[in-house]
Amino acid sequence: MKLRVNAFWLCAVAIVAGGLVLTEVLHNDYYFNALYVILQGTLMAVAWNILGGFTGYVNFGSAGFFAVGAYTSIFLDKYFGHTLPLPVLIAAAAAVCALIGLGVGYLSLRLKGVYFSIATLAMAIVFATLISNWRYMGGARGAYILTPETFLWFHSYIQMLFMVMLLLTLGAVAISRNLNFSRLGRGLAAIRDDEVAAECAGVPTLRLKLISTTLMGALMGVAGAPYPFFVTFVDPASAFSLFVAVNAIAMPMIGGTAHWIGPVIGALLLGSAQQVITVTVSSEINVLLVGVMLVGFVTLAPQGIVGLAQKYFRRRPR
Amino acid sequence: MSAPVLTVGNLTKRFGGFVALQNVDVHVNAGERLGLIGPNGSGKTTLINCISGALFNDEGSIVFEGRDITRMPAHQRARLGVARSFQIPKPFRSMSVLENLRVPLEYAAWSRAEHRHITDEAMAVLEQMGLKERADENSAGLTQVDMRKLELARALAAKPRLLVSDEAMAGLSSSEVDEILEILLALNRRGVAVIMIEHIMRAVMRFSERVVVLDAGQKIAEGTPAEIVRNPQVERAYLGE
Amino acid sequence: MLSVDLLSNALVAGVLLGGFYAAVSIGLAISFGQLDIVNIAHPAFVIVGSYIAWILNSRFGFDPVLIGVLATPVFFFVGVVMYRIYYAAFERTGQESLSGLAFFFGVMFILEVGLMLVYGVDYRLVSADYIGKSFHIGWVGVPLRMLVPFTAALVMTGGIWLYLSRTFMGRAILAVAQDPLALQLMGADPVRIKQFAFGLAIATTSIAGSLLIIIGPVEPSIGRDYIGRVFAIVVLGGMGSISGMFVAAMILGVVESVVSTFAGPSWAPAVAFGVLLLTLALRPSGLFGRR
Repeated sequence: MKLRVNAFWLCAVAIVAGGLVLTEVLHNDYYFNALYVILQGTLMAVAWNILGGFTGYVNFGSAGFFAVGAYTSIFLDKYFGHTLPLPVLIAAAAAVCALIGLGVGYLSLRLKGVYFSIATLAMAIVFATLISNWRYMGGARGAYILTPETFLWFHSYIQMLFMVMLLLTLGAVAISRNLNFSRLGRGLAAIRDDEVAAECAGVPTLRLKLISTTLMGALMGVAGAPYPFFVTFVDPASAFSLFVAVNAIAMPMIGGTAHWIGPVIGALLLGSAQQVITVTVSSEINVLLVGVMLVGFVTLAPQGIVGLAQKYFRRRPR
Repeated sequence: MSAPVLTVGNLTKRFGGFVALQNVDVHVNAGERLGLIGPNGSGKTTLINCISGALFNDEGSIVFEGRDITRMPAHQRARLGVARSFQIPKPFRSMSVLENLRVPLEYAAWSRAEHRHITDEAMAVLEQMGLKERADENSAGLTQVDMRKLELARALAAKPRLLVSDEAMAGLSSSEVDEILEILLALNRRGVAVIMIEHIMRAVMRFSERVVVLDAGQKIAEGTPAEIVRNPQVERAYLGE
Repeated sequence: MLSVDLLSNALVAGVLLGGFYAAVSIGLAISFGQLDIVNIAHPAFVIVGSYIAWILNSRFGFDPVLIGVLATPVFFFVGVVMYRIYYAAFERTGQESLSGLAFFFGVMFILEVGLMLVYGVDYRLVSADYIGKSFHIGWVGVPLRMLVPFTAALVMTGGIWLYLSRTFMGRAILAVAQDPLALQLMGADPVRIKQFAFGLAIATTSIAGSLLIIIGPVEPSIGRDYIGRVFAIVVLGGMGSISGMFVAAMILGVVESVVSTFAGPSWAPAVAFGVLLLTLALRPSGLFGRR
């Protein structure tokens, strides 16, 4: 176990170093744009999987958390006259979305299975409607965000955003991995497999579910916080986009929901494919692609890529 | 005579207009083997759902080892030492047999278990239940008998002081019934009080020191197995007029 | 500032809208309410129905309601195929919950985006004699583009309700979710019954779609607004109750219409979801539910 822990952290450090090297070596900002989007997708997928894959509660309202994170950023930035640094905005978004996550966790007390999922969708739409009607945030017409002047030692603002997202995503993956192998994670798995049996085996199901939803909410809020600075124009339609919500579900389901690495694999594969297709074919096809892949994997390979790999290795002669 | 380990007083449970349990009084002494019988629909499972905390009773009280657990959530009761097995086995299907036992050891029994040796403790329970060879098999693919054993094993892994076994032997062959019976007797010898719900009369009568009979939500008889067998009310409940 | 004029118009519009909502929801009342199949793609099928109505109406000038009715066999067939896939992949293996949801989510997505890719995001409308006309009873205006769908909806939901309660097949559908074993003992195959029921549910979307595009212009993403509405209606009405669904549809139509008139139409989507959340929180079995 010790060796595996070291391998992971070694990889993480290597990735960070690699990212820094890229910022020196690559001068075309387009690549950092693409990488940012892929990382954002990864972070959302990892977050979703904490509640969806580990705990077994399907969240249809991922776009809601993401958008609230983005709009928290916009609100604080505007309210404090562009003086707050990005880390503060991210922390605030995490806090707000953690609270919403907590609320969603209490929802799970009364609602199970599909009712819970529909309730999360409802919650996302309620937030979307509220924000669309809030003039201070630009309402339905959207809000413009000015790109800050400072980007530390990087060559451009997008490079800095890329590094920020890289660190955030690695952090989320580390949390997810830790959770997967911990006593807490095993409790969540018990809830997923049979909530009643888990409760009778001593698992404090409500408390664990609250931890799960709060953590998921916070991480999704974190994913959304830098988004306004990335796109510079945000409106409810783009922030609460169904595309974000479907990706958050499709990536873990394609990669495999039971293992922490599943959403990472799914996000890297699907995210990269989407970036390539946007450039070569059209961005609308992407959107169709997610749907087709989701349906395909869910019907043919419900355990995802990780599941397929496990089956393959089990069949090989020892 | 020491205080009972479990006292259920005046318990009433309703589902809408239907009264599933009415003013039921049951107690279990420390280390006792209690049989709970009654025709189908008499409220046995509802009673143990209320005892384990899967349901909350409407009226009455439940006291376990001197503590009032009437309003306590199920997981807390499990931690205090109330364990139950389910009539229809509910394994954690994504986990192996061994992993299934980690959950109660890491949660219900957390204060009573050796934190560094959870796997060893789990293996010990599996050995007791005769499931040691299946430790790494996925729990969803077990045979009926083994699933029942896993159900019991999970309850044992919670290191209970009171175990409720809900029809663990239903549908098993004669030799399998004896196997389960031996396991429960061995557990009882270690000081665990057991409430056994069964329809297999020879098992209940052989196992129980005392038997409680429910019918239509009410307790209609209580006594030694010999007394119960001779009780005309019990006969009537099972066979009709 | 409650003007009687405004209120009565809002109420009438709400009733007409409610009837239409019943037509949209009845398919889901069957697939979700009776069969426990979470077809979140149901509104997307309705939009497809709208587009078919638009294509044939603008090309050949056929009446939209007629198109909706004529297209039902195609939709029925699609429904049967979908159920077979769903059954083979999920129901048989017992994996309904997570994967089944994701499956229909993906289907919804494919339908919506497919329409967007082929037809773009422009609003589409149909033309018919009765669209644009209305008559007045006192100060209340009744637009025909709402009345015609309302009438058609009543006929359709009434017809289906009669079918489900009077015919053998209909009652088998009502029974299949509650006791598939008993059905088998009676010689009916639960899988075939569910297949038929799901086909029927999708067939209703053909008509619902044509009604939708009569009421107003349609573009691919408006299906999403209807997800909340149809689930709210089915849940509020009570799973398994067609008449409950109808009442719930009326309630939602009226509430939405009144809110729209007095607080503005941008609050309309939230109404349905708000109703849904309230129902789930306070009375999950709905008004006339069986659970």
